[in-house]
Amino acid sequence: MKTKVDIDYSSDWPLAPAPESMSHINLKEKYDLFINGKFVKPKSGKYFDTFNPANEKLLAKVALGDADDVDIAVKAARKAYTNVWSKLSGKERGKYIFRLARIIQERAREFSVIESLDGGKAIRESRDIDIPLVSAHFFYNAGWADKLDYAFPNRKPKSLGVVGQIIPWNFPLLMASWKIAPALAAGNTVVIKAANTTPLTLYKLAEAVKDAGIPDGVVNVVSGRGSVVGMAIVNHPDVNKIAFTGSTGVGKIIMNAIAGTGKKATMELGGKAANIIFEDAALDQAVEGVINGIFFNQGHVCCAGSRLYVQESVYDVVLRKLKGRMQSLIIGDPLDKNTDIGAINSKDQLNTINEYIKIGLKEGAEIYQPECTLPKKGYWCKPTLFTHVAQSNRIVQEEIFGPVLAIQTFRTIDEVIEKANNTPYGLSAGVWTDKGSKIFNMTSQLRAGVIWANTFNKFDPASPFGGYKESGFGREGGIHGLEPYLKFD
Amino acid sequence: MKQINFFDTPKIDQVGIDDRISRITARSIKKEAKVKGLYMILNMIDLTTLEGADTEDKVKHICYKAMHLHDEYPDLPTTAAVCVYPNFVKTAVTELKGSGVKVASVATAFPSGQADTQTKLADVKEAVDNGADEVDMVISRGKYHSGDYDFVFNEIATIKAAIGKARLKVILETGELGNLDNIRRASDIAMYAGADFIKTSTGKIKPAATLPVILVMMEAVRDYYYNTGRMVGIKPAGGISNAKLALQYLLLLKETLGGKWLNNTYFRFGASSLANDVLMQIVKQKTGNYQSKDYFSKD
Repeated sequence: MKTKVDIDYSSDWPLAPAPESMSHINLKEKYDLFINGKFVKPKSGKYFDTFNPANEKLLAKVALGDADDVDIAVKAARKAYTNVWSKLSGKERGKYIFRLARIIQERAREFSVIESLDGGKAIRESRDIDIPLVSAHFFYNAGWADKLDYAFPNRKPKSLGVVGQIIPWNFPLLMASWKIAPALAAGNTVVIKAANTTPLTLYKLAEAVKDAGIPDGVVNVVSGRGSVVGMAIVNHPDVNKIAFTGSTGVGKIIMNAIAGTGKKATMELGGKAANIIFEDAALDQAVEGVINGIFFNQGHVCCAGSRLYVQESVYDVVLRKLKGRMQSLIIGDPLDKNTDIGAINSKDQLNTINEYIKIGLKEGAEIYQPECTLPKKGYWCKPTLFTHVAQSNRIVQEEIFGPVLAIQTFRTIDEVIEKANNTPYGLSAGVWTDKGSKIFNMTSQLRAGVIWANTFNKFDPASPFGGYKESGFGREGGIHGLEPYLKFD
Repeated sequence: MKQINFFDTPKIDQVGIDDRISRITARSIKKEAKVKGLYMILNMIDLTTLEGADTEDKVKHICYKAMHLHDEYPDLPTTAAVCVYPNFVKTAVTELKGSGVKVASVATAFPSGQADTQTKLADVKEAVDNGADEVDMVISRGKYHSGDYDFVFNEIATIKAAIGKARLKVILETGELGNLDNIRRASDIAMYAGADFIKTSTGKIKPAATLPVILVMMEAVRDYYYNTGRMVGIKPAGGISNAKLALQYLLLLKETLGGKWLNNTYFRFGASSLANDVLMQIVKQKTGNYQSKDYFSKD
């Protein structure tokens, strides 16, 4: 017997606005390229605009670099590598990186606010997750700088030289830290390209690099179109390694470009992670984990748990709980401390997501979105569930990179493993069960680089992160993340 | 209705519970939301005195306080109830007559629950005969830990049957249950046996109420509501002495069970010193300054 009662999550006790203070942030009207320790104008003399996606207001103008700028940056990085950075002892390099980590901690508030302004993510996330992890990555890798000789038994590590790095727009500063910190600790110098819709915090990081006294040319920041600046980094003959985080499509272009050049590469690409709930799981906590898995950073997460598999016996219960929890999420101003879900990063991305929602409806899936009012200005998308979907649906196969979850059911372990692995991607997965033996069985059979059990989206600088299959190769984080920045005789 | 097997109640994951709580404690409750929340809290308090040293005068004093929280502010609500031992129920009923403040009485060999069912029934009968609106009973934790869930269930059902129209609050004494899975199971037993409220603690055992414990109980209430359509109330008791923490309980309630639970029919705070901190915060919100503690009467 099933009684049809639902919880009404509306109340006459709404939270008052709690905006994060902006008084402490220092944002320039214009950001120049950061090359050889100085902020320099781009050769083209051109700039592009970066907007606040929550209200479409202009935040700053940012240098539109081109291949000439990249060439100057690579030369500066090579000079810094040959003359300064490669001559320093690991202990001295470590000191600089520690200093940078401390400066980031001191300015954490400012970094958080700018990250939320430029990217639309909730301040709760940039304040409690992004920025603390950024400084943690620098601290962690700083500690390795003088211990490299002992990190790889019987192997003598050496730095590579100049590394070219390209970061995505979803976690701009965090992804920069995942790349810059191990590169510097290993003794390399860096040319890094900022993301197009969220370039600001990387330039704020450049200011911190300068304030930390890191020698000129060790870290160089460029910005501009991916097809111009990104490809100039990839194709530059004096770059020894490429580290890329972004879409699988662009990853393939990069791999084609460097084929036969001897450049090392690590690729962290797309994902379509399966979150699997068994009937013996702690269901309320599993639902909370699924919510965090897909709606974290508006779903702009390569390891987002965008496919949910629920054991059929608990499907109704889980669905009801999921819908209920979605009603209590707060969507709106990213800078409000109570906001759970912020703005979609850009108009283009919003169009992509809306296109996929249309596709889902056309494919015959059933949609659920909670009732909520979205701000009039800016780019917004309600958290979205699709039920009654098939493995063959595009919304199940393709990465949407938005707050859209596709739910399916399963009956047996073999069935769910087959379905979970039935994707070109293999970045992450989640397993929810109260039974330890089931966790071990699942984790050894799922083809994904990161598998969380009874939790999701947990990150730590000591833990490697990276993909299987078309989600990429190479690892970032931990000792595994240092290795791609070193060569061994 | 289908038979409930209390050996197989839903699982609880401590790590997930703690994660959820950290989201609640990171919330910012400010300005008008804070004031409204503080008023709600006052109106949800079961002003409690449960000491061996209680006297009739002491009970009279807290009854007066329940009706006159801070006379400088005439728009303040009364507390929800006054909570006393059965032998003081009569006094409380007389003092509170016409005020709307309920009289709650602890019973069933409070706080240990170490007595046979007949003694417990006599205890309960005294409270109800003297006019208690609500009875706060304790479960037999010894029987619970020995796995005799039927005994615990039947005892609650027996007490429920004996108290007529009075509302039954069942104290789980969560500080003695050891883990969250037990708290979930005990909540289910109490609700299916007829509890109108599930309550965390006697206040005599540490730890008393905590946010993780209350979340587990709220989720149990929610599942029970999904399954039966009956709304059960929740009462954290003990350990909540400041307004900020109490506001976090309310927010957790709102986000777990929605607006229908946000009133003193379905949510109570069992506390003796919470009211004054809430009053101090209300005065701060209205005047902009914190007042000395000596401006708030201690009864």
